[in-house]
Amino acid sequence: MKRQEEITRKISRDINDPWEMDRREFFRKIGGGLIISFSLGGLPALAGTQGRSEDEVNAYLHIAEDGRVTLFTGKIEMGQGPITSLPMMLADEMDVSLDSVHIIMGDTDLTPYDNGTFGSLTTRQYGQIMRGAAAKARAILLEMAAEELDVPVEDLQVKDGLVAVKSDPGNKITYGDLTKGKKIMRTIDETVDLKQPGEFTYMGTSRKHVDAYAKVTGQAKYSGDIQLPGMMYARMVRPPSLGAKLISIDTSGAEEIEGTEIVRDGDFISVLNPSQDLADVAVAKVSAEFEEEKADVDHNSIYAYITRSVDDSQELASQGNLEEGKKLSDQVFESEYHDPYLAHAPIENHTATAYFEGDKLIMWASCQTPFPTKEDIAEALDIPQDKVLLKEVFVGGGFGGKIYNPQAIEAARLAQLSGKPIQLVYSRQEEFMYDRLRPAAVVKLRSGIDANGRMKFWDYDVYMGGRRGATHFYDIPHHQTTHHFVKRSTQDIHPSYNYNWPHPWYTGAWRGPSNNTNTWARESQVELMAAAAGKDALQFRLDHLEGDPKMAHVLRIGAEKFGWTPAVGPSGRGYGIACGIDAGTWLAVFAEVKVDRSTGQVRVVRAVVSQDMGLVVNPQGAIIQAEGGLIMGLGYALSEEVRFEGRKMLDRNFDTYSLPKISWTPEIEVVFADKQHEPPQGGGEPSVVAIGGAIANAVFDATGARLYRLPLTPERVLAALEAL
Amino acid sequence: MTETIQFELNGQPAELTLDPNTILMWAIRNDLGLTGTKFGCGTGFCGACTVILEGEPVRSCMLPVRDVAGKKLLTIEGLEQNGQLHPIQKAFVEHDALQCGFCTPGMIMKIYGLLIVNPEPSRQEVLDALEENFCRCSAYKQIIPAVQTAGREMQKGGVQV
Repeated sequence: MKRQEEITRKISRDINDPWEMDRREFFRKIGGGLIISFSLGGLPALAGTQGRSEDEVNAYLHIAEDGRVTLFTGKIEMGQGPITSLPMMLADEMDVSLDSVHIIMGDTDLTPYDNGTFGSLTTRQYGQIMRGAAAKARAILLEMAAEELDVPVEDLQVKDGLVAVKSDPGNKITYGDLTKGKKIMRTIDETVDLKQPGEFTYMGTSRKHVDAYAKVTGQAKYSGDIQLPGMMYARMVRPPSLGAKLISIDTSGAEEIEGTEIVRDGDFISVLNPSQDLADVAVAKVSAEFEEEKADVDHNSIYAYITRSVDDSQELASQGNLEEGKKLSDQVFESEYHDPYLAHAPIENHTATAYFEGDKLIMWASCQTPFPTKEDIAEALDIPQDKVLLKEVFVGGGFGGKIYNPQAIEAARLAQLSGKPIQLVYSRQEEFMYDRLRPAAVVKLRSGIDANGRMKFWDYDVYMGGRRGATHFYDIPHHQTTHHFVKRSTQDIHPSYNYNWPHPWYTGAWRGPSNNTNTWARESQVELMAAAAGKDALQFRLDHLEGDPKMAHVLRIGAEKFGWTPAVGPSGRGYGIACGIDAGTWLAVFAEVKVDRSTGQVRVVRAVVSQDMGLVVNPQGAIIQAEGGLIMGLGYALSEEVRFEGRKMLDRNFDTYSLPKISWTPEIEVVFADKQHEPPQGGGEPSVVAIGGAIANAVFDATGARLYRLPLTPERVLAALEAL
Repeated sequence: MTETIQFELNGQPAELTLDPNTILMWAIRNDLGLTGTKFGCGTGFCGACTVILEGEPVRSCMLPVRDVAGKKLLTIEGLEQNGQLHPIQKAFVEHDALQCGFCTPGMIMKIYGLLIVNPEPSRQEVLDALEENFCRCSAYKQIIPAVQTAGREMQKGGVQV
């Protein structure tokens, strides 16, 4: 396990280092033409991205002699759609046709360093920088054309990669012809103005997934679809619980299976077989004895364990004086919210296929972080980083779970130890047990309202849940928000790199990390107070949003789409709202639920997602992400919870860990604030953070029952109804 | 203990010489090289490995390869005919009914099994048929109308199934 300092150093160093590649080597790989390499810092478009130093990011474009434009990006495609949207942004800024744009993703030899595809950063951060570079590339090509056609740049126009003299359109030259016979590499460190919405051809129009054909025909290649001559299928020998130590092992049963080889390096033990089927059979015949760790905690006692484990805290926001706020309050509310561990559960398990070509390791890995993974592998194998190559490949869902890739390191070690091509596909049980779970968390909240229904104080403590989305945006004169954590936790450094301790499980970033917990707790408390104040839940929020007109607007347009009419909860209608801010996007979710009072079953009938995400590059893609995030969120709201005893996980497959199913699909409408002139913001995560709170509030509105622990399982809903 | 198993694969005669207990999914993927059929859970819960055996959708992770002897097996690779996408595939593209695409082949094969017996499924019938095919990206909202579009196209085009 990497130490937090190393991880922090890696993030801050590599993203800041200029990218360097031997240009002869690069031309040898891709042929002649013009390469634009860019290292741009301080773009205003980056304002609003979170937390870390992002002074310099590098990427590059290639304009080939045939006019094809290729974007080489370290980002990966896992269903979230950059393979479709990044070329739209590029084509508009360069004035080339979308058909002429190609994209190479995540190949660690061909693309510049990228620290990973997460945080809904691809469009809002990388994409904006790439647009700037594309605009500059256009300017460079126009200068070349001006020289070639012997006219001033101002006299030129360009469309679909064809540069022509405005007054004499017959006098023209294509981008491709401009680069013919040349091998030019230009490094740019400044940008030119980006286009405005009225000048777009592609951005703002809806485009469907360009990779759909490959995916509906089964031709799309994922890491486990790579088949190599002489390849061995690997299964790791695993303990029954996390952290268990190997006492003894007998592999003779496995070795009786034809073709089996055992690879062992200390506790790292694997069964290899030329048949996946026989590797599965063989690993089941390994008899091993483990000493399991004693951990006196389970999925029910975890919340008390978390609260007593923390030993450090950080104040995230404060104003006024809490005691003063309490004095001004006529009603005070004290709540404690419990949110469990969640699994990412992508349908593609962690997978890697690897072999050595000479002294170089070549790998395909289901991975959101090709470059950090490459570095991890080089370190684990003690080989230079340039002796590791991760190839471009589709990823079968990530949701944050494929930021870390133990399978890639294991497959690389096995290839090194065995000298053979290796494919390692995690079983579903391994996928659950070694997942970096969304951490369980506690939120303790005290708040108060005066006789007029005005919030007077807000005292918010989140334990191990993370900072993202913890601070509120309401007008409250006296408030404080504090994050409590364990010193050894790296949560305060980067939400994606949570160390497991003191959690009994590895934990990490789960789509909308921290914000799912925080938005559910905050918005539950807000509606709880609205009801106590005798106010409509929408109006109560609007009354406290003078300081955040953006949120007020998102709520208003969402309410209009939903057909919200004022009522005091519990109104019996089953309506709920939650709003929040995630990945630069302001959003509100409105939900209508039906609660079966005899079974406790909650069904979401319809929902509206309202988002202010600035420029919506591909509305179709943004809608699909909003819908997908919302439906995925039905799981954490209603059914998903990783149960465990000590470090033994009880839910390790889909029979007991219940994912949202197709019949759960509500009617969903998505509405965007008209902000096409503002920089684009994140779209992959926002909707998921607010659906939990909206459902919890809708259940209250339907029944009067307020639940403080997710998921809202039928048993818990029934218990809450009986307690009314 | 290898045997030679003969069957019809995507409309063509095929044979495999292997241990007849080999899990059908691995035989399809690794011995036949048809990697469109996906491994998701290995225990029949998720549906990513769904193929059509004698007109019935089955979970290929739950069957030994001997079960296909003398039978007709259809995988995702067999749907496209003469460079033309099958109406279900076409509807998935048109409705943008996928994201990461990993569950898509199994989803499409399950739908194929539904539409050849019921080309005009109601919304509820679509939900019932696909209830145990999981899409973690949750592209469900687009999948439902895609199934109905595909059913209409299959009837209209008189597609041979």
